[in-house]
Amino acid sequence: MATQHSRSAARLMMAPAVFVLLVWMLVPLGMTLWFSFRQYLPLRGGDLGFAGWDNYVRFVTSSSFWPSIYSTLIIVGGVLVITIFFGILLAMLLDQPMFGQGIVRILVIAPFFVMPTVSALVWKNMFMDPTNGLLAHLWRFFGADPVVWLSDVPLFSIVLIVSWQWLPFATLILLTAIQSLDSDQLEAAEMDGAPHLKRFWYIILPHLSRAITIVLLIQTIFLLSIFAEIFVTTGGAFGTRTLTYLIFQRVLESQNIGLGSAGGVYAIILANIVAIFLMRIVGKNLDT
Amino acid sequence: MARAVSSRRKAINTAVAWAIGLLIFFPILWTILTSFKTEAQAIADPPIFLGFDWTLENYRIVQERSNYMRFLWNSVIIAGFSTILGVIIAVPAAWSMAFVPSRRTKDILLWMLSTKMLPAVGVLYPIYLICIELGVLDNRVALVVIIMLINLPIIVWMLYTYFREIPGEILEAARMDGASLRNEILYVLTPMAVPGIASTVLLNFILAWNEAFWTLNLTAVNAAPLTAFIASYSSPEGLFFAKLSAASTMAIAPILILGWFSQKQLVRGLTFGAVK
Repeated sequence: MATQHSRSAARLMMAPAVFVLLVWMLVPLGMTLWFSFRQYLPLRGGDLGFAGWDNYVRFVTSSSFWPSIYSTLIIVGGVLVITIFFGILLAMLLDQPMFGQGIVRILVIAPFFVMPTVSALVWKNMFMDPTNGLLAHLWRFFGADPVVWLSDVPLFSIVLIVSWQWLPFATLILLTAIQSLDSDQLEAAEMDGAPHLKRFWYIILPHLSRAITIVLLIQTIFLLSIFAEIFVTTGGAFGTRTLTYLIFQRVLESQNIGLGSAGGVYAIILANIVAIFLMRIVGKNLDT
Repeated sequence: MARAVSSRRKAINTAVAWAIGLLIFFPILWTILTSFKTEAQAIADPPIFLGFDWTLENYRIVQERSNYMRFLWNSVIIAGFSTILGVIIAVPAAWSMAFVPSRRTKDILLWMLSTKMLPAVGVLYPIYLICIELGVLDNRVALVVIIMLINLPIIVWMLYTYFREIPGEILEAARMDGASLRNEILYVLTPMAVPGIASTVLLNFILAWNEAFWTLNLTAVNAAPLTAFIASYSSPEGLFFAKLSAASTMAIAPILILGWFSQKQLVRGLTFGAVK
């Protein structure tokens, strides 16, 4: 087995990766923590001294805090429900025998590779524009008044755009999980005359539960920090200001670093709560 | 054993799946088609699908007006170098964790993963400030380093899961035969590791190419990649659909093609080996 020599060599080989990640984590995190306890306004006097818990209290008591939590929950929750529900259906469909399976798979996966600014802008202008957008054409074709998507139903519109981007991810992972299902078991159930719904409920869904949990956790972490999709569509207007976007505005737009950093600490704590569950699953998988 | 399926059922599956697949792909298809239209045809009501005069005019205009090549070049450099740098740092680490595991290996891997979970906005100002202090705001080197650090945990994880699949017995045999550590890595390990490294490079290049938080917040003119180029179309140029489409097509085409090769790696890379 591994000798003393190879052990120290191994440690040496790990060092650069561990070192850069440690610096990358500790330095900015330490700075954010420090700023969050300061009254720091670069454009209005600079660092005005120790602020205690002031920033933390002001961040959660400001009038934009609860609306931002609300939009964050709607966007993250809406996208999760849509992508997982349709992801399961789509994965089961793609698992069936058909002609041109490979091509259909490619078509379904493609949106994931479109850069966020492109998908947001294409949806915003070419589909959701109230005068010339394709959806406006469609609405007029049926004699309805076009919807002004991004100001009438802004949260729904953003959920739609982001779901389109993330559906491929959910589908692909659930499909991978379905394909590992033992087909003998399904066949046996079929022979015993179990109807489709029962087979889905008692065999397929339990088998998928782990994959669904993983999709749920990974997507939550990424969705909590979506930025570009809001940046180029509404710019945080019409009640689409998520927690991430609120912090961004506090920090870079109004340059209230102390307040924004306190918000940042909240966001980090929130993400870590989700991350703990994900790590547990991933960690368990490492042991096997 | 394959399940016997009636041809009628297969035909229905095919029809439904293709319909849904095309529906999902439609926004991309529509963007590509619109990029070859004139501005008037792009907003025509009823919409024109294929019966228009195909033109390359939009591509020419976008190139001339916005210096597209510079943005493309920045994207290539940032995505390319951040990936290469990441792999150079990650290969030794993943190798040692896969072949010389210690009690701490699991903790280190999970800790690396946890740095990936850090919300970028939480450290936005510190990074911004550091860039200003070092004079590297709107600088490509800074973005290369930052995006490398963002993706490093994924790179280490992917390589680790690939390396773990290489049977350790082969290494033992090479050692028995008196191969030095250098030869062992060079002649035994490398050939077996190349496919995994290639997959890792591919997926992380895509992730780096599409990264749109740091590239939007830390660049202005000089280092701006395609993500920022497209964001500049937000308004009012975005209302020129044909030009927006041409710019978008140019920004996504290379990655769409690479992406189709990396479907499998996507699952492994983004679930950290938890779904296989």
